[in-house]
Amino acid sequence: MQKTLAQVKVNVNEEGYLTDFNQWTKEIGAEIAKEQEVEMTDKNWKVIDYIHDKFRKEEALSIRGIKKSGVINIKEFYKLFPGGPLKKATMIAGIPKPKSPI
Amino acid sequence: MGKTKVRKMLFILSKATIENVYAAFIMANGARMEGIESEIFFTFFGLEAIQKKKLEHLRVATVGNPAMHIPTMLGGLPGMEALATKMMKKEMEKLDMPPVGEFLEILSGSGCRLWACKLAVDMFHLKKDDLIDEVEDIITIGDFYARADQENTHLLFI
Repeated sequence: MQKTLAQVKVNVNEEGYLTDFNQWTKEIGAEIAKEQEVEMTDKNWKVIDYIHDKFRKEEALSIRGIKKSGVINIKEFYKLFPGGPLKKATMIAGIPKPKSPI
Repeated sequence: MGKTKVRKMLFILSKATIENVYAAFIMANGARMEGIESEIFFTFFGLEAIQKKKLEHLRVATVGNPAMHIPTMLGGLPGMEALATKMMKKEMEKLDMPPVGEFLEILSGSGCRLWACKLAVDMFHLKKDDLIDEVEDIITIGDFYARADQENTHLLFI
């Protein structure tokens, strides 16, 4: 599926996740965030940086991992990305939805 | 990714065996991860999962559990429960599943609300102090039903 985000055509799956991370830019992330009704603050972007770092290292993401990350605690994480933080944050970060149930 | 029709998931946890406790925790946490509200009401043996002194010592039931695939007689031998529990915990750690105490911190941080059943607390002669701080209050089943009295709410008994 193709979609235009921040004036760029990108490939996404049915849920709206980018299928090719190479197409991701910060502007695209910001646009997805707007669609998901997430207001991006510096702290939100720090979380996105952390997610990208884990993605590059090919390490799985989980809520438990967020807790141990030192970047943010779980309460803040839920506050910064309301309504399903891990699925929204990964969507904004342009990576696949995590498979971990925790 | 539309908003979910289910708004709130409520769980009554009445058992203390590890598989039941994790079932409740994973479902309650999974709800929060999907943007659904969740709450757990701990009653009867489920209270063990929120007692400071007991929560890290929950076990797998090796007797009367056909899924163990060992004869019931062997399941009753001393040390069998401990062994089976140790093995299960090792497997769970491999899947990055947190231990009970850490899981409760995650749940609480995620906004999942935790309640203790008044009747069961009285029956086991427990005090609020015996329970972890994350437990919000000791309430009755009637109070819990009041919390369920909303549209798009599900209640599960475990």
